[in-house]
Amino acid sequence: MEFWVSQTFNGISYGALLFLLAGGLSLIFGMMRIVNMTHGSYYLLGGYVALTVIWRTGSFVLAIFAGALAITLIGVCEWNAFLKRLSGQELGQVLTTMGFALIFQDLALIIWGGDPYTIPVPSVLSGAYQIGDFYFPIYRIFIIAVAAAVALVLWLVLEQTRVGAMMRATVDDPEMARGVGINVHGISMAVFALGAFLAAVAGVVAGGFVGVYPGADFEILPYAFVVVIVGGMGSLKGALVGSMLVGLLDNFGKALFPELSYFTLFAPMAAILAVRPTGLYGRA
Amino acid sequence: MVAIVFLLLLISPPFLSSFLLTLLTQALIYAILAMSLDIILGYTGLASLGHAAYFGLGAYSVGILATRHGAGFWITLPVGVLLAVTVAAIFGLVALRATGVYFLMITLALGMVVWGLAHRWVTMTQGDNGISAIPRPDLGLPWSLAHSIPFYYFALAGFLISFSILRVIVRSPFGRSLVGIRESESRMRTLGYHVWLHKYIGFVIAGGFAGFGGVLWAYYNGFVSPVDLQLATSVEVLLMVALGGRGTLLGPALGAGIIIMLKNLVSVYTHRWLLILGVVYIATIVYAPEGIVGAMRQWRRRVRPALVRSLEDQFGG
Repeated sequence: MEFWVSQTFNGISYGALLFLLAGGLSLIFGMMRIVNMTHGSYYLLGGYVALTVIWRTGSFVLAIFAGALAITLIGVCEWNAFLKRLSGQELGQVLTTMGFALIFQDLALIIWGGDPYTIPVPSVLSGAYQIGDFYFPIYRIFIIAVAAAVALVLWLVLEQTRVGAMMRATVDDPEMARGVGINVHGISMAVFALGAFLAAVAGVVAGGFVGVYPGADFEILPYAFVVVIVGGMGSLKGALVGSMLVGLLDNFGKALFPELSYFTLFAPMAAILAVRPTGLYGRA
Repeated sequence: MVAIVFLLLLISPPFLSSFLLTLLTQALIYAILAMSLDIILGYTGLASLGHAAYFGLGAYSVGILATRHGAGFWITLPVGVLLAVTVAAIFGLVALRATGVYFLMITLALGMVVWGLAHRWVTMTQGDNGISAIPRPDLGLPWSLAHSIPFYYFALAGFLISFSILRVIVRSPFGRSLVGIRESESRMRTLGYHVWLHKYIGFVIAGGFAGFGGVLWAYYNGFVSPVDLQLATSVEVLLMVALGGRGTLLGPALGAGIIIMLKNLVSVYTHRWLLILGVVYIATIVYAPEGIVGAMRQWRRRVRPALVRSLEDQFGG
């Protein structure tokens, strides 16, 4: 019983982290069909920048915002200088963004070195709640709360506001959206910035429990992609369901079948795609 | 030009330093992998993000069979290639339901399935430690393949055989119809071609040759690890094809040679080769989107005639 409760809880909190990382990526995919291999680097660099800020200032909140804003700036520059010209060229996108990912990886190694770090968490968020026989680490509850808040805000913006309606229109049919006078270019850039911002937030938050270390970028990247394709590109609901599915499968796979853990994660994902190539909630 | 390069590949080994010879051997093996990817990427127009998986399947077949069961080359070769072909045949069923970005993402997930097994199925693959001490094959030849020059010729033979077969394939009606599918799938369908089956066969052929490359790689390196089939390796092969020139066989081979040389020579001088490799990725797309061979062809087709014409105008032909 304890095993199932704690593993489910861990799976959900990891899923929450994945949602932060992949929610924006899904919108980017849905809207611009851009394959961005740099998304994992945003996650890693966000963590590193936050680490430096927290060493200097000691403020966790400041670290989150500084990390996220710095990465948003990098993302917007990358988008403006290179990616927006590569629409429809998947190979060009993969190679260009892979180039940036390698450059960022090396720069991070130059600046922060090869040692793993953990972002120090404020004392309010450390420790655990005890309910009956079960312990729930407060930091993981915090991650779930952040993800839930982000999901709620994104849902409200997408479904209830004018900008959201313009975003959905751009996902559905960019040409038609442009035709009726929507600033597709501006919206695309805003969504790209949002994706980078959320990836960096995920990186900072993750720094508090899995740490910040070289290689974390390429470790998490396939997870983000799998969440997006299984949920369906451009679907917020899909990203949410996909993250929970991947988080739980990953946790139970690692706990129950350690030797086959990646297989138990990626094989069911491939099976879902075999039945529904556009993902659970995706439209062709 | 091509003939001269082949001749040089054939006669130069005794005059090369052993370091350079090693790099050439690596380049020849990676050239097989890059050419195989080009069948689906360049000729059929489908970018795969999981092609290193088949390379890894070939390499791990050798690693496991040769170290644990003492199997020789004539057992590991068919097993490695068949395993890659079988897995490609299964993965192709899933992946070819999609195109474009979806195809990229599905091949990525499928590649991760194989990588995950290599990484975690420790009792079979020894996980991240990899399988080491794979002996060089004994083909009963008078020269031992443990030495670098005979092994170079062994790899060269593998490359030439692959190149010849792939060249027959891409020049055959089947190969031409792949190009037709790349240019316009709907038109090919209207003409009565079984588009899916063509793509599927192309996908499986590509997997098989990647597996063959993997077999040679395991023997060359004496070591197999999850690095050989990770995502970054799959992307690197995409770079080789794009840099050399999609839709040509020699282009990807050239791209493989350039990247292998660059990686190894640059890392002799600086630790910052990742940075430089990153710049090469971006520069390829910005400056040579059609690759080196593509740029050369364009030059021959457009710039040179124009140049000749203007010279003729000037000097009265």
